[in-house]
Amino acid sequence: MEPVSVGIVTPQKIGFASPLALDCGRTLPRYELMVETYGALNAAGSNAVLICHALSGDHHVAGVYSEGDNKPGWWDNCIGPGKPIDTTKFFVVALNNLGGCKGSTGPNTTNPETGKPWGPDFPLLTVSDWVRSQAALADHFGIAAWAAVVGGSLGGMQVQAWAIEYPARIRHALIIASAPELSAQNIAFNEIARQAILSDPDFHGGHFYEHGVVPSRGLKLARMLGHITYLSDAAMRAKFGVELKAATPSFNFDVEFEVESYLRHQGQSFVDRFDANTYLLMTKALDYFDPARDAGGELVRAYEKATAQFLVIAFSSDWRFSPARSREIVQALVAAGKDVSYVEIESELGHDDFLMPIPQYHRVLKNYLDRVAGEPS
Amino acid sequence: MSALRPDLALISEWIEPGQRLLDLGCGDGALLAHLAEHKQVRGYGLEIDADNVAACIARGVKVIQADLDEGLSDFGDAAFDVVVMTQALQALQRPDEAVKEMLRVGKTVIVTFPNFGHWRVRWALLRGAMPVTPSLPEQWFNTPNIHLCTVKDFEALCAQRRWKITDRALLNHAREGGLLSWAFPNLFAEVAVFELRSI
Repeated sequence: MEPVSVGIVTPQKIGFASPLALDCGRTLPRYELMVETYGALNAAGSNAVLICHALSGDHHVAGVYSEGDNKPGWWDNCIGPGKPIDTTKFFVVALNNLGGCKGSTGPNTTNPETGKPWGPDFPLLTVSDWVRSQAALADHFGIAAWAAVVGGSLGGMQVQAWAIEYPARIRHALIIASAPELSAQNIAFNEIARQAILSDPDFHGGHFYEHGVVPSRGLKLARMLGHITYLSDAAMRAKFGVELKAATPSFNFDVEFEVESYLRHQGQSFVDRFDANTYLLMTKALDYFDPARDAGGELVRAYEKATAQFLVIAFSSDWRFSPARSREIVQALVAAGKDVSYVEIESELGHDDFLMPIPQYHRVLKNYLDRVAGEPS
Repeated sequence: MSALRPDLALISEWIEPGQRLLDLGCGDGALLAHLAEHKQVRGYGLEIDADNVAACIARGVKVIQADLDEGLSDFGDAAFDVVVMTQALQALQRPDEAVKEMLRVGKTVIVTFPNFGHWRVRWALLRGAMPVTPSLPEQWFNTPNIHLCTVKDFEALCAQRRWKITDRALLNHAREGGLLSWAFPNLFAEVAVFELRSI
């Protein structure tokens, strides 16, 4: 069928009254998650697909909020009727992770104990904490096991944690543009991003809400840095070139090159839609993720318990989460005797390619998920 | 399902049920799909071509997209019962290194290649032209086959490297065994199939 949009969608806020024990030792007595779903859960509850978002993602993955809405969800090109993640076959669940800033319980929501925003008092979370909250979400919908859990980048880490920690509750693990843990270089980028936020005078130790300001300079710098790492050198050259905007240099620090204007715009628009405390929390969750650490330093042992079938996808031009990192995952899965396929997509943009409708990428996803949909429940 | 290519059908006969298999240059995954269905074989295919990789995924064959010239360092020693390579050896940078790696990763190796000693090849060379035959359809300037060898050459390599040949089949144009390719393999076999083990 011809791919179409899922159309107008409505998010829902789901409350959880059971306490959630966190890896940091603290417990959230109750919490809320912002969720969107597309398609219908079948009677057996066997056609559910969970979408895990990356650093700055949220629950609005596909569709639009109104007729005139020209900003569809962040993975709209991949999710919908006739699309690789086909909502006529699957019940698709997407959420804003705990600690996020798009409606789920997080630093910018009210701490019931103080009546003020949580701010820096919100606990730092791990990927495993998210997966535990997502398991509670699966319970809410009556989903015993996901047909597939799908995620790119930090989302791919959640997929890995699902396969390792809830082997009986995930049949297929689709790990896209991810890594078995961050490299020192990755952590270094995150640290600079955090320092930019932490050193902004408007950050006020994370209590900026009470001061009526946001640490916009810090958050903007953090995002500008991030954007450099999401694009390849070749893509930046092709997109922006190195021509001066004016005929001659102006010998000041105004925007003179296209790439400067792009980064400033990206940084500014991020400040308007994202929370600085959430950004800090997300980067720490990335840094902490390391399933091998909990298995005596051996990724193979971490994967021994997994029973899911795996599809690992990497992009040739991605240097932030390079194909070599994905192959480490594949190598460990093969050594552990697991069912795994690995595909390296020829690409040009860089890390951002995992959001792009590259024909081979979408063909592979579609071929794989069509088989998943055809499995007996 | 459609009939298996005769050389793949022969290989499939050499595989024991339930074995763990690695298929190097697995194409669209026909052999692995056949073995999974009929012999409960588990394993992976390695394939570089994007269309073939997508075809493997579509039929549920576990495929790992990789360049065989980069070696098998992703795989541990004796990780597989059998490592198969059909009609790809002659296209590699170092066929000898490839067979060595296959013998490290697998307990048994099955390799097939077009025999460059076949009479059609010799006839073409006698006439002074690079051979274009049913087994080698490309021209000299666009062929992927950069390291062609004869049955005799391959057996000499095995002897030199002390690789033990545990089985051999020599197939004619129809990819079947025959009296002529049995009696004069280096002249009449178009496709050679060898099973090897490390000594």
